[in-house]
Amino acid sequence: MTSTINHHLTDDLLMSYAAGNLPEAFSLVVATHVSLCDECRARLAGFEAVGGAVLDEAPACAMEEDSFAATMRLIAQMPTETRIKAADESVKSLFPKPLRDYVGGDVDAVQWRSLGGKVRQAVLPTSADATVRLLYIPAGVAMPDHGHAGMELTMVLQGAFDDDDGHFGRGDVEVANEDLKHTPVAAPGADCICIVATDAPLKFSGLLPRIAQPFIGI
Amino acid sequence: MNERHTSDARWVRLVERVRSDKDQAAFGELFAHFAPRVKAFLMKSGADSSLAEECAQEVMATVWHKAQLFDPERASVATWVFTIARNRRIDALRKQRRPEPEDLTWGPEHEPDQSETIALQQESEQLGRALAALPEKQRVLIERAFFGELSHSEIAAETGLPLGTIKSRIRLALERLRQEMK
Repeated sequence: MTSTINHHLTDDLLMSYAAGNLPEAFSLVVATHVSLCDECRARLAGFEAVGGAVLDEAPACAMEEDSFAATMRLIAQMPTETRIKAADESVKSLFPKPLRDYVGGDVDAVQWRSLGGKVRQAVLPTSADATVRLLYIPAGVAMPDHGHAGMELTMVLQGAFDDDDGHFGRGDVEVANEDLKHTPVAAPGADCICIVATDAPLKFSGLLPRIAQPFIGI
Repeated sequence: MNERHTSDARWVRLVERVRSDKDQAAFGELFAHFAPRVKAFLMKSGADSSLAEECAQEVMATVWHKAQLFDPERASVATWVFTIARNRRIDALRKQRRPEPEDLTWGPEHEPDQSETIALQQESEQLGRALAALPEKQRVLIERAFFGELSHSEIAAETGLPLGTIKSRIRLALERLRQEMK
């Protein structure tokens, strides 16, 4: 199921996610990609093992005297976790579970807003330090030409797009920074749905999108 | 070194006793080792002592309740506790949600493979020794990253640690898991 993914997360993203230091918007894209990609899941586990070693070597800090008893009381109050087998719905869903949690369902639950033409977006609610949105780009249509003030992380959920960096299909991620000025074009065939996280507003090169920018919030 | 070697396998057995027998004595041993480290971890991450105490108790309570989700073929107990503590930190200190990848779990009949479990625990121990052997400056930087002191742009993922071997082993465990899920 993961053999078709060619574009993976970078080590610094995986390590930051393992350490818990990524803005929520980027964490959502990382979690969504890792759900589909066992290669990155294994790399992430490697970084988490570093976290385990750091924790294990950390100097201990004495707990309160009644701490253990208090924890046992806490345990008695908490609902019991049940073992969850990977749900059957995952097989049929377009969106992996972390994304479904933010959308409130699969692709049919998305509240799209038009960006003009047939391009649509849906901004997902996260902390304010970065933004994450779903983009819907009809097959064959180009995204407005844009550069980045910060980092942009794009992952394909349906269809595919092409740009200077290559061909990106379901599960592939593109990590773009200030140096990359790109014009992704949705590939022919299925309409393209992507999840895109940015830590600064995109800068469009064309005049019209720049005027529209304050209104569409992209 | 030898102490670590015996301990990682021991923690796995203790978690198994918590899972299968709700064994309070086993949990007490895990608590004695991990709770003070989780508390220190949270204080290094910016929590005051009373918040760190409260969160450490919650982390240990989660260890109890999620014992059946711990997979010794993919993680050491320290790594698993770290992920729970990290998520508690994001929730309590940064007030953010933490999106987690879709869970991959073995079926209810799966018994952890002993040799795979031992091998993974040994990889974890080697990683711990490699971390301890790093030059001080580099080790401190890695610690700061995992204590949450570095932002993404400050993190350089080149840790100098041999992560390839543990990654390959986990990759194989995932392949076996995918086979079983079919």
